[in-house]
Amino acid sequence: MSDTFLVGNGAGFSGDRVDAPIPVVRSLVRRGLPAALFFEVLGERTVALAQLERRRDPELGYEPMLERLLEPVLADCFRHHIPILGNFGAANPPAAARLIARLALRLGLPELRIAVVAGDDVQGSIALDQLPVHEADGSIDTRAARLVAANAYIGAGPLVEALRAGADVVVAGRTSDPALAIAPLVHHFGWSFTDWERLAVGAACGHLLECGSQVTGGVFWDPGFKDIPDPANIGFPIAEVTATGGLVITKPEDTGGIVDLRTVKEQLLYELHDPAHYITPDVVLDITGCTLEQVGSDRVAVHGLRGKPAPETLKVTACFEGSWLGEGEVSVAGPNALARARATADVLLQRLKRRGLGVRARVDLIGVASVHDSDDGALWRAYDGPEPQDIRIRLAAEGADRDAVDQAAREVLALLCCGTAGTGGARWRLTPRILTRSYLVLRERVPTSVSVRTAREMSCEARGR
Amino acid sequence: MSDDLVEVPLHAVAHGRAGDKGNRGNISLIPYRPELYPLLAEQVTEARVLALFRHRGATACRRYDLPLLQAFNFVVDDVLEGGVNASLNLDGHGKSHSFRLLGLTVRVPRALLTPPE
Repeated sequence: MSDTFLVGNGAGFSGDRVDAPIPVVRSLVRRGLPAALFFEVLGERTVALAQLERRRDPELGYEPMLERLLEPVLADCFRHHIPILGNFGAANPPAAARLIARLALRLGLPELRIAVVAGDDVQGSIALDQLPVHEADGSIDTRAARLVAANAYIGAGPLVEALRAGADVVVAGRTSDPALAIAPLVHHFGWSFTDWERLAVGAACGHLLECGSQVTGGVFWDPGFKDIPDPANIGFPIAEVTATGGLVITKPEDTGGIVDLRTVKEQLLYELHDPAHYITPDVVLDITGCTLEQVGSDRVAVHGLRGKPAPETLKVTACFEGSWLGEGEVSVAGPNALARARATADVLLQRLKRRGLGVRARVDLIGVASVHDSDDGALWRAYDGPEPQDIRIRLAAEGADRDAVDQAAREVLALLCCGTAGTGGARWRLTPRILTRSYLVLRERVPTSVSVRTAREMSCEARGR
Repeated sequence: MSDDLVEVPLHAVAHGRAGDKGNRGNISLIPYRPELYPLLAEQVTEARVLALFRHRGATACRRYDLPLLQAFNFVVDDVLEGGVNASLNLDGHGKSHSFRLLGLTVRVPRALLTPPE
């Protein structure tokens, strides 16, 4: 067991359960093996929303729950030499590092070493319109749209550099998700960045853990079909990795959830397209030869992973200010609810047309058909099943003109007086949208840098300013 | 008796999970019992899965078979009404799509209907 390294995950997205890291760290400490903990909190658009926060306040723009996530575990991780890595720096890693420094001083950890990884933010440093487009939302006119953020998915290299410099906490912005797990493994085992078979194990480890509880029972449980113990307390995942590339997925003792062949298969294929080519900046993972083995209670071994050389390009995702989204909802219930809901839907669409608001709109009848439906309501229009007793009518409208979208959403509010008999429970809201477009850029064009300082040094600098 | 074929939703014999990348979705399909793998390979075709999502504008479906894992991966193009940033759908990521697939019916021997533990 002495050649085993543990990788724990403390969050799978921004908005995850904030008390999840506690049992993970307790388990890592109890097992006493070398270990690292990582947090993956940066979805594709999250960094753009964070950039908007930063524009409002230069000391914001990092993961909003950062302090809540780290406070209960930071001291234990520091004392037991468990480095923490995260893309929780989002659009502002230096400000996140300052927050962690203040937290460390408050917890009596002035010698905590905090690394800031820079270089992922390529806004201004790379001319996007000269790059080949990889994927794009609809038809973005990038000359007209205002750029909010442009970040490269950087690999494990700079994260390893930070760990070599003795970092206790590594604060990054955009990284590839698997890099957060690959880095501590490369650092601990001294794996080469051209050892594709080992890097494939690291990438699979990261891929399986990066969504937190999704490999331990989250978005898995299906009462009566796939039951799990205590879904209110699902244990977040821990991977056991060996120098030669052994990989076992498990979870903390005395937590809910489950790790079995079913949970690991679902997460292995999650957001995967060609199973022979899962592209990360550090390695291309091939799971077509993969097999799984239940090797104990809540313990699954992953075998047969293969790796191919890393791509020469990195993915850059650019986020642009998009249109406005307006949403409004009202409810009807009881006798004749379906007829009242259908009539309400038609009246809403007539109202938008009558007022010439020029928005793109859709109506859902929640309780009849919604998330599986199309914009034209093909499913709820054709519905001929049992009479639903409680239906929520939802209008969604989109357009470039904020006022027109706002007026469209307010048409739902007006139903409180003008709607069918028994209409109630109106809610409406207006939100700005972000559009994304991704590009491929040669990795040499994305230089990265790492700076490491103690919490004490950072607080002295803050006082000096 | 055990050779009786019964028509059931996939949900009775398999599980899966959906995810997104842009305007493309993927759905895994994993039978509970290994004997079901060849039956699902024969019946849950790309054409049938595409038909499930045609009303949303899906244009193509590709199935990747993973016999060692006893799993299938369906990749459906243009199923997300423009993707999470453009869609008017409450579930812009299409996370609920796995359960549309699990509503598709298949014919399987009654003996293979044992409830999963």
